[in-house]
Amino acid sequence: MTKMVETLRARYGYALVVLRGLVKTDFRLRYQGSFLGIAWSVLKPLMLFCVMYVVFAKFLRMSDGTPTYPVVLLLGISSWQFVTESAGVGLRSVVDRGDLLRKIHFPNYIVVVSATMGALISYAINLVVVLVFALFSGVQFTWRVALLPLSIIELYAVTLGLTLIMATMYVYFRDIAHIWEVLQQLIFYAMPIIYPLSYVTDRGGLLATLARLELLNPIAQSIQDIRHNFIAPETQPTVWNQFDNWALRLLPVVLTVIILVLGVYLFRRNSKRFAEVM
Amino acid sequence: MAGNNGAVVRDEREIAAEQFARNYAKAPVVLSASHVSKAFKLPTEQATGLKQAFINWTRGIKGYKMQQVLKDISFEVHQGEFFGIVGRNGGGKSTLLKLISQIYYPEHGEIHVSGKLVPFIELGVGFNPELTGRENVYLNGALLGFTTEQIDAMYDDIVEFAELGEFMDQKLKNYSSGMQVRLAFSVAIKAQGDILVLDEVLAVGDEAFQRKCSDFFTEIKKDPTKTVILVTHDMGSVKKYCTRAMMIADGEVVAMGDPESVSQKYTLANLEAERKLEKERQDARGGYPNGLNERCPLLRTVACEQKVYTADDTFRFYVEYQFDEPGDFYLAIALHDIRRGGITYDTGAKVLRMKRHGHQKVYFEMPLNLFNDGEFRLVTSLRTPSPTNPDFADMVAVAIESNACTFVIRDPHCRDSYALLNDSALTITPENADEVEVVPPRSAAKK
Repeated sequence: MTKMVETLRARYGYALVVLRGLVKTDFRLRYQGSFLGIAWSVLKPLMLFCVMYVVFAKFLRMSDGTPTYPVVLLLGISSWQFVTESAGVGLRSVVDRGDLLRKIHFPNYIVVVSATMGALISYAINLVVVLVFALFSGVQFTWRVALLPLSIIELYAVTLGLTLIMATMYVYFRDIAHIWEVLQQLIFYAMPIIYPLSYVTDRGGLLATLARLELLNPIAQSIQDIRHNFIAPETQPTVWNQFDNWALRLLPVVLTVIILVLGVYLFRRNSKRFAEVM
Repeated sequence: MAGNNGAVVRDEREIAAEQFARNYAKAPVVLSASHVSKAFKLPTEQATGLKQAFINWTRGIKGYKMQQVLKDISFEVHQGEFFGIVGRNGGGKSTLLKLISQIYYPEHGEIHVSGKLVPFIELGVGFNPELTGRENVYLNGALLGFTTEQIDAMYDDIVEFAELGEFMDQKLKNYSSGMQVRLAFSVAIKAQGDILVLDEVLAVGDEAFQRKCSDFFTEIKKDPTKTVILVTHDMGSVKKYCTRAMMIADGEVVAMGDPESVSQKYTLANLEAERKLEKERQDARGGYPNGLNERCPLLRTVACEQKVYTADDTFRFYVEYQFDEPGDFYLAIALHDIRRGGITYDTGAKVLRMKRHGHQKVYFEMPLNLFNDGEFRLVTSLRTPSPTNPDFADMVAVAIESNACTFVIRDPHCRDSYALLNDSALTITPENADEVEVVPPRSAAKK
């Protein structure tokens, strides 16, 4: 056992040291020069949530009829923000840190991981804020909260895979940044995040059947799982309660694994040449 | 007495280092490159977008050409060596360094490194102006692969060497550029790696700091556990620090061995390249070479023997000319000191009167025993008597650029190439031997 730890340390120790250094620096620089400094990391999501709450819950009255809906909405949006933030920063990370990659040898997947880590830290802070909102709205937590880490790991895995793929492509084709911006909108609206899934499914017909397929998207599935397990097990549709077929139920998880493996594979295959190409 | 003792110990260590330099092959190999080749794609099209890539693909344009930068390089560096890599610009030195540092990967061949290699392709990698000096040291250290505890251990050393104690909690953007470089360099050389890879970083900081660095190199040279690989253009530092050196030209190893002979080869190659360039320029001009004209279409100074001279040699050369106008004419030869500048000697305008017209070769010789090491150039001009001034001769043509003759003196007994004249040419002696004891210089003692 200790030997395994030793080998792991020998292999990933350096990567870990660099990762810690980069993440720390990024976090330190994020609110550099502002008066409130690090307080912004909590204040910003809090204020954004207030805006969204007023707009969606009060003005638009977007709701599935349950009192917890505003919190569910906030949770969904902050989860999606995690995906966009890490993909947006991460896909440029190899090029942005090109200066480093050209001058020093270190495992270059670290720059992508550090970008997603930065987003993950923001996400963690957001989750705390969501928790506060949830407590105020009188959410009844169940044993399913214990499953939350699993869902978050899945969301992280699919995001990391996606970011690795796009970061690799971005080195060769800068167009991918613009393509992703459009794609991001498409994915966002093809997921039941700002609208409840019942909004579409209740209308019946072919579209309703198709809408259920939205849950097969691993991002949608993991975000729904997070909402389901964290706040609203009763009202949130997930792939587990919408489909009976196990092949379909497991499809998002399989997709997640495929995207992650593909991302790692592509990145590893090309990463040796990044320093030369840039 | 104590000082005397110290000197003795120092000498012993120096002797040990010298012995080691001879016995380097017995130490284990820490870095080996075998048959390493590297080529780069040079884009010929501006293709950084999907659209252009697609258009190129449909038209079957590759969009790049291959540039072979390194060809079949093999060498080994043993533990404790101070290994110099020299070569002209564009010869592939930096690429080799990046291959050693694993930033690039070789196409063919292999590079093996054992021990912790700390590369300094550039100083202060990852330095961020918004962070404090202290934070930057830790970040830079982390990038070089040191844990926080390891950096804690060397932090004081780094700060002391950089002489920035009171500024460490200031943001880097408030540092002067000299201070930034000092900090970066201190991290570089205080970092406790087994193999240090340095790319022309010696020329930083003020004189005092450079002296400190020089001391550090002398010190690390004596440490048999530390290996240093130094890429530089400065032959002075190669000779001063390196135990062995390698010269790369056009992607190939052209010389390897003791620093003295490698640096001589480098000096010769540089002169050769200069001459080639001048020849190209002249060809491009078409007509007469620079300095010549229709009255005198040929005038050049050529050394009889292409080699590195010592002060014991006599420099023999000939002047070849073509001059058909009747009447007296003269050759005037001036000796230029390339590095120190100035004209060391001139024959005078109306001294060497030529007896033969037409196409001729005239041989001359010149002793070199007065000079220290240096690079010299002989410039010959062809002159006719001035109609107005009987003491002077007007210049008809001059043999400059590729027509001039360049030579190099490298004398093993040369104590210091700073001055032009050596000890046998000039000595300063005290008038009163009671006041001054003349201690013979060390190299003279060896003689």
